[in-house]
Amino acid sequence: MLETGVTVRDPGPDDEVRGVLPRHVALPESVEEVAEVLRACARDDLAVVPVGGGTKLHWGPPPERFDVLLDLCCLNQVVEHAAGDLVVRAQAGVTMDALARTLAAEGQELALDAPFPGGTVGGTLATAVAGPRAFRYGTARDLLIGVTVVLSDGTVARSGGKVVKNVAGYDLGKLFTGSQGTLGVIAEATFRLHPLPVDRRWIVAVADPPGVAETGSCRVRELASALAASQAEPSAVELDWPHGQGPIWMSVLVEGSAAAERAEALAGLMGDAVRSVREEPPPQWGEIVHDDVLAEVRFEPSRLTAVLDAVHYSGFSLRGSAVAGRVWLELWGDPGEDRTVAALGGLRERLTPLGARMTVLATPYEGVDRWGQVGSLPLMRRVKERFDPGRRMSPGRFAGGL
Amino acid sequence: MLDELTAALAAVLPADSVITDPVRLRTYECDGLTYHRATPGVVVLPETAEQVARVVGLCREAGVPFVARGSGTGLSGGALPREDGVLVVTSKMRRILEIDLPNRRAVVEPGVTNLAITEAVRDQGYYYAPDPSSQQICSIGGNVAENSGGAHCLKYGFTVNHVEACEIVTPDGDLVTLDRMDPGYDLLGAFIGSEGTLGIATKITVRLSRAPEAVTTVLAAFESIERGGEAVSAIIGAGIVPAAVEMMDALAVEAAEAAVACGYPRGAGAVLIVELDGPAQEVERQFGQLKELCSGAFELRVAAGAEERAAIWKGRKSAFAAVGRISPAYIVQDGVVPRTSLPRVLAEIDRLSAEHGIRVANVFHAGDGNLHPLVLFDDAEPGAGERAEAVSGAILDLCIEHGGSITGEHGVGVDKAKHMPRMFSQDDLDTMQLVRCAFDPAGLSNPGKVFPTPRLCGEVPGVRKGAHPLVESGKAEQF
Repeated sequence: MLETGVTVRDPGPDDEVRGVLPRHVALPESVEEVAEVLRACARDDLAVVPVGGGTKLHWGPPPERFDVLLDLCCLNQVVEHAAGDLVVRAQAGVTMDALARTLAAEGQELALDAPFPGGTVGGTLATAVAGPRAFRYGTARDLLIGVTVVLSDGTVARSGGKVVKNVAGYDLGKLFTGSQGTLGVIAEATFRLHPLPVDRRWIVAVADPPGVAETGSCRVRELASALAASQAEPSAVELDWPHGQGPIWMSVLVEGSAAAERAEALAGLMGDAVRSVREEPPPQWGEIVHDDVLAEVRFEPSRLTAVLDAVHYSGFSLRGSAVAGRVWLELWGDPGEDRTVAALGGLRERLTPLGARMTVLATPYEGVDRWGQVGSLPLMRRVKERFDPGRRMSPGRFAGGL
Repeated sequence: MLDELTAALAAVLPADSVITDPVRLRTYECDGLTYHRATPGVVVLPETAEQVARVVGLCREAGVPFVARGSGTGLSGGALPREDGVLVVTSKMRRILEIDLPNRRAVVEPGVTNLAITEAVRDQGYYYAPDPSSQQICSIGGNVAENSGGAHCLKYGFTVNHVEACEIVTPDGDLVTLDRMDPGYDLLGAFIGSEGTLGIATKITVRLSRAPEAVTTVLAAFESIERGGEAVSAIIGAGIVPAAVEMMDALAVEAAEAAVACGYPRGAGAVLIVELDGPAQEVERQFGQLKELCSGAFELRVAAGAEERAAIWKGRKSAFAAVGRISPAYIVQDGVVPRTSLPRVLAEIDRLSAEHGIRVANVFHAGDGNLHPLVLFDDAEPGAGERAEAVSGAILDLCIEHGGSITGEHGVGVDKAKHMPRMFSQDDLDTMQLVRCAFDPAGLSNPGKVFPTPRLCGEVPGVRKGAHPLVESGKAEQF
């Protein structure tokens, strides 16, 4: 089985994906070796799940079938950092931390906040996780300018390139970003970079949840819309609401020249809600704290009050952007299958009428509607069929059974 | 064959929405790239998304290719019609459907012009960020098809970064909404910039941006293009991300002066325009740095107010048309190189220019390495057009050699399809074709654009015998 020149080892308990153990773990060391493994898998019709740092491997449903865990940890080279061009090309297995260190040495950064330590370039792209600064810089797909992918038949394909401005050909990078390993393997990625901000300030504020104030107003929403419209240009406005109860914490990031003055101006705008203006991030800034049960909710920012109402007393902790309309809902502790399924179902029931989209990214329990209504699913199925006609790439791990 | 379809189209569209009169058809025979021309078989002017869907559905049933066209300002022949096909013109779909400032969004029909969106929200302190030079007339539908940029995309990105959702008519004739909020594949990201080959956008939700608190526009004149280039490197190296960094060489300045009397400093080997925007304190601080970084300039002008800013931009924005004053004919090229390669590439363009006896005026987005060489020639002179073509093509080769792209914003269209295999491998192109086959297995949506003669969907790679079926049926051209 799996006769290639590539290093293959037997699986251990850590190689399980949602309780399913693969038969082999392949450890390619180059893009060509990734292709070699996938060609061998195509020959023997073996199903493959690619993995980077493994931090989000327990997200999504179990694979329909699973033979080979394709571990990209050895593809860990920063291939080219063209500092003068504000561009970096890195292999998929490079961790976001390692990449950040390389870039910081030249006073630059990839303005993409990774929610866990140890996550890789490939995993961050495949899951399209977005952090606090997405409000200003966009998400992974907005910073990705080129990609090398390997398809299920071993074909190595590139799109984009290493220049930011480029409209030649289709943008496969966008298609693969967030595709959860179901279209092929992301092997290399090229990003546009930003200069490291010369200065940063965080304004920490606190406000009551909606419904508490007798006036019926929602202070969090008022602050969020004032901040979003402010010409002081905050980079992020994050909410932190443990257990969906009690006061809501709000942290506002101001970056760049004159950050201190701009933060002061914004703090003035926020009035008596402000607790402090600090030079260091608040605890767990941009992190996902618990992801045994994790949902992502995207909504129009004007719906913030109603979204907060829906989460209030649900038992879920809410963390995420008040201005980009994208929050994580985390369940801290395991209340058991029945209550988890019921709680997620209840949330979906309350959020759907608001036009919000809830995706359950992680849950140990099946029987949960993970995706809700998936628009344009027939087109997505056709894309999947073209890219992976043998359904060998992370089969069944994505929306609508893709 | 088209007669039957034309009758069917007339039956589903309002009166006077189907054009078959040869004189009127000729209005649509080209887009902004005028040396590719074809008279469309029939032109339709639908007023609603449902009508577009019906038109596409009828085309599909009849097996007839269709091409979408917005304002026809494209510079790569992306909207070049098919003589055997239907041209779907969106100019009657011009309504701004919704402006939603709390969510910083506007919903518009594809025929709405780029600038009309900004005009609709400017008084409230918002704008639509992508600003192609043709923004007064170009349509949002066309911007979506081409993933248009503009002078300010250095800081703010392209159309794809500012579109939240698109309702599209798929090549099957179905109305589908692609939304950034939806779970699943980012089909919206794949659709934007696909140059009309994956369907037609019928409703577009764009993101509106808050107007910056301060804008400072600086014009710096340098003795040479090298000196100007050094200043650009210094600015980027200092960690400043200006909204725009534009450069023009002496010949381009001469043309702009002749055309619009922009009054740029005399004797400049290069003129650099740098625009800073953002919070007032940030802009002020960066402006202080900028003055130091441009110390090699022999003249520095700072716009004090909107009028002076417009005066600085006037020369740059008129540069393409202006070269008509100093040359009977010209080719506008669009290529990209890594910014740090600019000095070497410009020197090589100089060499090419001397070698072929063809003048090249350089206008470029220096911040992101996007070159717009204007290749000048006299079309009355035998052989000059060919030499200009040769220089223009060689410039694209230079871009590829230096790790850049054959197009930064004008698109591939029909003009550069033949250059795609130099930038991408056959495997790259075949993989892109998988997307095409998923959306448009019959190959009817703007065929012959972007890709050189594609494989048919389902065809196995290998040696091809005889004429390609798409070529035989007239749906594609062989390059």
